[in-house]
Amino acid sequence: MRLDVSAIENNFAVHADDDGGIFGGAADLPAMQLPTCADFDGFQKATKELMKNKKGTTTLAFIFDKGVIVAADSRASMGGYISSQTVRKIIEINPYMLGTMAGGAADCQFWHRNLGIKCRLHELANKRRISVAGASKLLANILYSYRGMGLSIGTMIAGWDEKGPGLYYVDSEGARLVGTRFSVGSGSLYAYGILDEGYRFEMSVEEAGELARRAIYHATFRDGASGGCVSVYHVGPNGWKKLSGDDVGELHYQYYPAQATPVEQEMADAPAA
Amino acid sequence: MSRRGDWVYENNGGTCVAVAGADYCVVAADTRLSVGYSILTRDHSKICELADKCVLASSGFQGDIKALHKNLAARELLYQHQHNKRMSCPAMAQLLSNTLYYKRFFPYYAFNVLGGLDSEGKGCVFTYDAVGSYERTGYSAQGTGSSLIMPVLDNQLKSPSPLLLPARDAVTPLSELEAVDLVKDVFASATERDIYTGDKLEIVVINKAGTKREYIDLRKD
Repeated sequence: MRLDVSAIENNFAVHADDDGGIFGGAADLPAMQLPTCADFDGFQKATKELMKNKKGTTTLAFIFDKGVIVAADSRASMGGYISSQTVRKIIEINPYMLGTMAGGAADCQFWHRNLGIKCRLHELANKRRISVAGASKLLANILYSYRGMGLSIGTMIAGWDEKGPGLYYVDSEGARLVGTRFSVGSGSLYAYGILDEGYRFEMSVEEAGELARRAIYHATFRDGASGGCVSVYHVGPNGWKKLSGDDVGELHYQYYPAQATPVEQEMADAPAA
Repeated sequence: MSRRGDWVYENNGGTCVAVAGADYCVVAADTRLSVGYSILTRDHSKICELADKCVLASSGFQGDIKALHKNLAARELLYQHQHNKRMSCPAMAQLLSNTLYYKRFFPYYAFNVLGGLDSEGKGCVFTYDAVGSYERTGYSAQGTGSSLIMPVLDNQLKSPSPLLLPARDAVTPLSELEAVDLVKDVFASATERDIYTGDKLEIVVINKAGTKREYIDLRKD
């Protein structure tokens, strides 16, 4: 009996022969070219500077009684240079599943887009939506096959399926972990501090969203590689909905309003006197 | 970098800028080609018109850039034959991203900026890293002078982030002439402080009337 392995087949398997992709049609995806040098790892390390990095990042997600909250900042850096403050780190795989991005920007964008395609193909082939466990497994298997080649992806797949809310952490080392609370990125330690302290399983959607927003804000405050805007999403039984998008610079003054010093206060009061 | 026997890249320098407006897009690049401290030519175009409303400017290793531009122009021609229309700018943006990512393990050393009009006629600019991560923005600079130019563009053109909720309007308030003047000014400034930028500036303006090209002299030292 032949097993059907089409779901775990990898269309991007590396072959020695390829035509550079010029004649690659939609059905027959081109193979990825490899450099013909002796030291593959050294080459990958040396070309790392060409890539926009989102390792400097803060993303978090947690499950509570009303679903899953997913939040992220929006800064991307190339070394010490901020290449963008408006990066979308929460990607909408389909109307009821979200993925977060940390690591290499191109790696995350490409493989999440690829995952969205595979999820849609699964729906068409099986006449029902893919589960969060299934989607995260598809991604994890692909990343495992590229293990050791220098991909950098630390992602969380969050969604609502027949079993209720689901949250998985998947990374480019090949890890796939199920859990209720995750934070990924250089600012994750700061976010965990706020998140773990304020977390309760029973919360309203507003409270949960506010907790996530504050956690990301505090991470951007202390971590130089995180910043921009905080985006917070909620995934419920009817799919995901964006709860808030706030610039962290303005959020700072909402949480800590500027207070006039005594001298300034006197100068403001003096004309009235 | 030339110590390694297997290091096949070199950086030919140069800077590319694009600014999107309500109904126009300005794409500009200098025309200097350098290797190390030498200037090989003062007259090399970094800009490629891929479709009638879509222009690509790339800086980095010109060998890879030539190959990339040829590849994309060929794919655009195939698209024309298959769909009986030219490729739109957002479609070309995703094609470029995929083309770059398929060489993820042997990258095109090209820093790209794609500019044009979207299907509604609004200006759009897409900015890339070398392996295909892309983002639609209102303006962008890539290349050796980018860190000199981006802060000035942020100062003049920065608009509310598209990630904000409730969404705030984010259109560049500048007119086409003001945007072209701004681009000329930033290149003049970048030329002062970046050794790889200078000689001549090529400006391409895309609007609903078509595409216009203009050349401005920059410092040759």
